[in-house]
Amino acid sequence: MTNIEPNQSADSQASTHGDSPGTDPFTRRAAIKGAFATLGAAAFVAAVSPLRQAAKNTSAVEFMQQHYTELSPEQKATVIARLEAETKEKYGADVTIADDRPIPGTKFVYAINLSVCNGNGKCVEACHRENNHDRSTNQSYIRVIEMPKGTMDMEKGSTTYAGVVPREDKFYLPVQCQQCDEPPCVDVCPVKATWKEEDGIVVVDYNWCIGCRYCEAACPYHARRFNWKQAEVPADEINPDQSYLSNRVRPVGVVEKCTYCLHRTRRGRLPACLEACPTGARVFGNILDKNSNIRWILENKRVYILKEELGTKPAFFYYFD
Amino acid sequence: MSSTPLKQSAITSYPRFIGRALWLATEGSFAFYAWMTALTAVSLVGANAWANQVAGGMITTNMTDHVSWGLYIANFTFCVGLAAGGVMMVIPAYLYDDEEMHKVVIIGEAVAIAAIVMCTLSVVVDLGRPDRFWHLIPGIGKFNWPISMLTWDVIVLNGYLMINLHVVGYLLYMRYLGRKPNGWWYLPFVFLSIFWAISIHTVTAFLYCGLGGRPFWNSALLAPRFLASAFVSGPAFIILVMRILRVTTGYTAPLGPARTLIQIIRVAMTINLLMLVSEIFTVLYTGSAHAAPLNYLFFGDHGKTGLVPWIWTAIGMNLIGTALFFTPAALERSQIRVLACLLVIVGIWIEKGMGLIIPGFIPSTLHEIVEYSPSLLEWKVVAGIWGLGLIILTLSLKLIVNVFTSRMHVEENQISESLNH
Repeated sequence: MTNIEPNQSADSQASTHGDSPGTDPFTRRAAIKGAFATLGAAAFVAAVSPLRQAAKNTSAVEFMQQHYTELSPEQKATVIARLEAETKEKYGADVTIADDRPIPGTKFVYAINLSVCNGNGKCVEACHRENNHDRSTNQSYIRVIEMPKGTMDMEKGSTTYAGVVPREDKFYLPVQCQQCDEPPCVDVCPVKATWKEEDGIVVVDYNWCIGCRYCEAACPYHARRFNWKQAEVPADEINPDQSYLSNRVRPVGVVEKCTYCLHRTRRGRLPACLEACPTGARVFGNILDKNSNIRWILENKRVYILKEELGTKPAFFYYFD
Repeated sequence: MSSTPLKQSAITSYPRFIGRALWLATEGSFAFYAWMTALTAVSLVGANAWANQVAGGMITTNMTDHVSWGLYIANFTFCVGLAAGGVMMVIPAYLYDDEEMHKVVIIGEAVAIAAIVMCTLSVVVDLGRPDRFWHLIPGIGKFNWPISMLTWDVIVLNGYLMINLHVVGYLLYMRYLGRKPNGWWYLPFVFLSIFWAISIHTVTAFLYCGLGGRPFWNSALLAPRFLASAFVSGPAFIILVMRILRVTTGYTAPLGPARTLIQIIRVAMTINLLMLVSEIFTVLYTGSAHAAPLNYLFFGDHGKTGLVPWIWTAIGMNLIGTALFFTPAALERSQIRVLACLLVIVGIWIEKGMGLIIPGFIPSTLHEIVEYSPSLLEWKVVAGIWGLGLIILTLSLKLIVNVFTSRMHVEENQISESLNH
């Protein structure tokens, strides 16, 4: 079975194996091995040639771009100009990308009146349009669960309900990013591509995310989405009113999420999902403002938060009349 | 790394040793070249599939926002276990001074090196933006250490690779020079590697069990179960490798070490199965939130049964494999032993892979049931990773055999040869 004597002496080794460097067979063998190595390398280059296509979509400048928090105002301006030009080139749309920063003294929270919400799904559609989501996958940051009355156990609910709403004996539970005060998604990110800003909004630097999707596994609310493909949006449907950390067209291969429409809310407007809601179930505001509606609701209503036992401390509340 | 403490000539001599090692490791029979060609072909298919995934976006996989990790992370988890288990022979060899184990230890470390490379690749192919890999490099990127468990994993896996490269490289180099290894230059690293082997699998388990929103993973038993199964798959893999080496090259170890490995497997597999039963009982008897994924995994949920054949195959293989390991024939060089090793390796690959990662996502955090089965592209990529891993393993085994059978060592005439070049 064995073809080698394990304890051959060094002398016989040297004479029986003609492969020690410096002898004739060496050069012949070297030539053969070199030829095979070259062939292998060429085959490898051919095998990975689709990467050239991918490389076309990433410029050297983008590759070298630093983390959002480390960009100087001038660098930010350059980056934003580049992104606007790219959107023009790829989507044929003229857009304006702002860099909206938190307003001092603001902490945004959201509340939904579950006694009023009737599951019509207008918020889901509004989010889809507002945030330039991929049309082919009908992406949105909001999911609405149809729940049987008498339980808060989501296992009993359904997100694929259809037909006339509201149905008797059902209530409707819209779920989106809860903008947690203890966000597990931020903790797990290996490259700090996602963080919580001073007004409570959890954001992602789409140009820093490496696409490992650990945050998607960590989020208990199914709030995060991955760009499995480059979003397809017709030019006339692109929302041109954009912000770097929110609804600008995202690159492929990165994670995104609800930003409480910071390109609107940081400019004093309301989130798109709220404006679209025909029932008035949604209330949004600054919890630090003592006279705000949201403050009154949280102080006077029976308020419920999702998965409280996980200790994520959501800035998103559900209440009943 | 290991060259500095030696004579000054080591600085030039160690690279020459590596060069000669590579040259001789690519020498072999027709069967060897056929094997290497086949592995290269499989690796290239994998490389091509991955390149297409990068070019077309990860929509080419079957992963979704519901099941956002799939075959790649499953394979990663198994390979971490293989790497950890590969070094467990170190414990009897050094703690109990079992001299006979040393020939097996170095094989275990070679397996660990190949497995770590496969781990790294399994994670890299899972990245949506591999071009931004540099963001993970401490210093030039933004390394979220110590908060993110993934950064701990990057550290322990790379550290483990370095330790094993050092120990294997040093021991072989000394043997090549015909010198006795200096304990100070490798024993501390050997002991370090024991703790490190445990740490790589523990940290990998923490990656999952630290997520409160995933009840299937959020169990204190996860890390111990990872370790127990690693002490099965690692030794079983090494027994197979030793078998192949004995048949193809005549490199053998005495019967003792293999028996030690079988004993390790018997104990570890029993503990693993016991913990599985404990977990299933706790979850199903109380019927808590943890029950839904387990129900889906073992019995299917709402008529969706994608993982049921996988997990029962795994359980069947593990039970039969374990039973075979307890037969007297498993202590001899028998076909039964080979079969038992194959059964538990495949069984644990499923259990630690598809059976562990996928049910973490089904049902989703909003209790939606979206199923997953890997796409052809994902299978190609994983096959490619195994192809490359086996190329690395084959070459390092050739090197080890060459050195241990004295086919490669410093020759008298080498000095004059090197002058000629």
